[in-house]
Amino acid sequence: MQTAISDPQTLAAKLRLADRQAVAEALNLIDDQRPAARAKALELLAALDADRLANDGHLIGITGPPGAGKSSLLSALIDYWCAKGLKVAVLAVDPSSPKTGGALLGDRLRMTGAGQHKNLFIRSLASRQQLGGLAAEVWPMSRILLAGYDVVLIETVGVGQSEVDVASMVDTTAYVVQPASGDSIQFIKSGIMEVPDIMVVNKADLGAPAIKAANDLHQVMRRSTQGSDWKIPVCTLSARDRQGIDALLNALEAHRAHLVSMQSLTMGRSAQQGAWAIRQLQEEFGNSGVARLGGAGAIARVLDNQHNLGELLASYNARAQHLRTSTKVWPT
Amino acid sequence: MSTSKDRPWLVRTYSGHSSARTSNELYRSNLAKGQTGLSVAFDLPTQTGYDPDHPLARGEVGKVGVPISHLDDMDILFDQLPLDQMNTSMTINAVAPWMLALYIALAERRGIDPAKLQGTTQNDIVKEYLSRGTHIFPPGPSLRLIVDTITYSVPNVPKWNPTNICSYHLQEAGATPVQELAYALSTAIMVLDAVRDSGQIPEADFPKVVSRLSFFVNAGIRFIEECCKMRAFTQMWNEITLERYGVKDAKQRRFRYGVQVNSLGLTESQPENNVQRIVLEMLAVVLSKDARARAVQLPAWNEALGLPRPWDQQWSLRIQQVMAFETDLLEYGDILNGSPVIEAKMQELMEGANAEIQRVAEQGGVLAGIESGYMKQVLVKSHAERLRAIETGELTIVGVNKFKETAESPLTQSGDGGIMKVDPAVEQQHIEAIRAHRASRDQDKVDIALNTLRDVAKSNDNIMPASIACAHAGVTTGEWAQTLRDVFGEYRAPTGIDISSSVGGDPERIAALRERVTATGSSLGRPIKLLVAKPGLDGHSNGAEQIAVKARELGMEVVYEGIRLTPQQIVAAAQEEGVHLVGLSVLSGSHTAMAEMVIDGLRAIDLGALPVTMGGIIPEDEHVVLKERGIAAIYTPKDSDLNKIMAEMIDLARLANQLDAFGPL
Repeated sequence: MQTAISDPQTLAAKLRLADRQAVAEALNLIDDQRPAARAKALELLAALDADRLANDGHLIGITGPPGAGKSSLLSALIDYWCAKGLKVAVLAVDPSSPKTGGALLGDRLRMTGAGQHKNLFIRSLASRQQLGGLAAEVWPMSRILLAGYDVVLIETVGVGQSEVDVASMVDTTAYVVQPASGDSIQFIKSGIMEVPDIMVVNKADLGAPAIKAANDLHQVMRRSTQGSDWKIPVCTLSARDRQGIDALLNALEAHRAHLVSMQSLTMGRSAQQGAWAIRQLQEEFGNSGVARLGGAGAIARVLDNQHNLGELLASYNARAQHLRTSTKVWPT
Repeated sequence: MSTSKDRPWLVRTYSGHSSARTSNELYRSNLAKGQTGLSVAFDLPTQTGYDPDHPLARGEVGKVGVPISHLDDMDILFDQLPLDQMNTSMTINAVAPWMLALYIALAERRGIDPAKLQGTTQNDIVKEYLSRGTHIFPPGPSLRLIVDTITYSVPNVPKWNPTNICSYHLQEAGATPVQELAYALSTAIMVLDAVRDSGQIPEADFPKVVSRLSFFVNAGIRFIEECCKMRAFTQMWNEITLERYGVKDAKQRRFRYGVQVNSLGLTESQPENNVQRIVLEMLAVVLSKDARARAVQLPAWNEALGLPRPWDQQWSLRIQQVMAFETDLLEYGDILNGSPVIEAKMQELMEGANAEIQRVAEQGGVLAGIESGYMKQVLVKSHAERLRAIETGELTIVGVNKFKETAESPLTQSGDGGIMKVDPAVEQQHIEAIRAHRASRDQDKVDIALNTLRDVAKSNDNIMPASIACAHAGVTTGEWAQTLRDVFGEYRAPTGIDISSSVGGDPERIAALRERVTATGSSLGRPIKLLVAKPGLDGHSNGAEQIAVKARELGMEVVYEGIRLTPQQIVAAAQEEGVHLVGLSVLSGSHTAMAEMVIDGLRAIDLGALPVTMGGIIPEDEHVVLKERGIAAIYTPKDSDLNKIMAEMIDLARLANQLDAFGPL
């Protein structure tokens, strides 16, 4: 099973074409925690088309409570995009058991329906985090996929930290609400209003409960987005009956266009990769290491402005190397 | 006493295989041996609505039952059998309206009044979602089809049991007696409510509907508890039909049920022990006169080995006949009435069942419990608990975890290995036959019939008349089902394996295995990732589910997507998910075809070195061939030690990645 790892340049070229074998190999590499593989993974990331990663494609996070119908919603979106000839990749994140580390992954078929799409790639991943946050591998995996796919979806179960985490890794976050479960109320109380860019009320086929959930959300959204440039839309739809999907598709496109017009798509992605670099430094060297680099804020100020992934990785490597070899404070 | 002697139950054998002609010969010989009712086993393509030439039918045609594609097949199946004198039970669910339509059309073709037909269509979709896995459509349309068969049958085929609510398969999936009672009765309530709300039956006729509802129940080896369960069913049904549906006539409130005794507890090791298990399990459902089964069919002693031969089925038939005709059982009234022990056990079961019925109702009823995965999770958990008890020795299974020393059995030493094999040429014959059938019929008539069926499916009209018209026009099973698939869509039920609690087991061995999983994960650079997959049409997912649950418990990352995957989907998942190991599960006898297709597919994308294991009812003499084809390890019901399986699977992942094996636990 141990296949020889291809050289980064060759692999990156194949990823650009969304070659399935290459994508699978690259994702395995990113997941591999052995030191040699980690070094190789950084080389691979650096070999990706940095310009494309900064400006192209659409990274979308879909989150929400269990049972809200995320998989069937994804299925509807995937069918639409694939029918248009777009290449779609999905990273589906499921929680790990905090006790055993084991995880049950799945729902691939609920996402693809009966048909098979040749331009679709799905990888499921365990969260591997104690507090419900996302695995550190999610961000680099999403870049591997963005290198060759037009739309990259990250699906997470919205519990605890994961919905906040996913929002910090994507261009657009859609939050799916389960009507009649009190979710909308919970959502409003939970104070994570900054997470979603789009609200989705699924299961409109239930009738009244869906309408009520949508109305509740409309009211709250109107208040909370007063004065901001992006008014968070509430899309009421039925993934089951494939009703109202158009409105969500339009909202997703409109949000991306909004980011581009505000010149914040590229800035957002830079911030995402900066945040990942800081997280990596934190995981390897702890808070004291980050402090020796001048603190997370100072690092972010530098890294967030490096739009080019290659340059960012160089800065990251320099800092990591400094912490490994020197006991001094980073020269700011 | 002979004047008051009770009539014996209907004596049946669940059978059918290869072709309508072969099965017809089998039925006639069974009836000649004293069987009094027929019980038709259909093959999986028929049950899931595919013709023999559909790609998904590959490897499955004629394996676990008879393929029936159109009216001529039905005619051959019942050749020389007088339909107006038969009592025919059909284990058919998603396509139940279609099989009933074929049976009615056959009666019409032979000039027999359909009102004279007697028998049963199983037609219970809930246990398909939860355990048996031959569902096609989403819950809503599925329930509508059940309602349509009931509202059509009650006035037109009044002696027919249009639906047979099953707790049988729930026990096979791990249900406790309380869960069996609760889920079967909740399902019956759901169906009756739906019929009532459909407005298709005048209020005055509603008690007739109630009286035509029958049940299909399981009986396990704890035969006293099982006997109490049957008495509890009888009493609870009497109360529900009186209080909820106001049925005044006590006869119409009778809990009428058929039985197939437990297959879950039948063992592959020392298989002769299964005979006494079957006898005792049968006793549970015939002992109490007031709660006695109306129809009984028994499994054969060698079911855990493969398909039973005619002689094996005859042995089970004779068990029933000895019980009914040699013993004095039928000469007495109910011998358990007045026993405080029996009464106390019944009360305990009824209280538990009522609480669970309430819980399901509070969550929005049975369909909501299916869609949320709640009921499936409860069953997966109960089954895991059963396996844990076997593992720790709390539950004794003779010949499996106790008294394992054995002499060699002469029963399995005959040339055929003690089981029946279906000739692989059967599939090709059926493919040619269905193509010839399509070429020979009047296509215009077929098109008109299918167009009408489609329109009816979209409307609120009853599906049965259009289906009967399709039967006469020569429509095939695959065409009927595809037309409804186009209208209703298809459904994938929740797998239920996301149970949150730990399943436990032998703590020392589990700790040792966890260490192996963690160590292997460090060596591989990431946790062991396992793909558990069920290729083909076989819906018996209990084994696959328990492997998935156990592997997660040990710290593996497990990809499992439920039943009915194509080999292509499995190959794609193995690649996209970057797994270290693939575990296939096949119980329908199509293991060789499935293994070939998966292994060839993996090789074609450079994953030939990925270890693939296989579990299922796989006869010993086929293991060599499967291993030659590239299957790394084979597990059968004899391999009841999940920990041992896990240890071997971990080592397979290690060896494939140039790591040394740990060896036996």
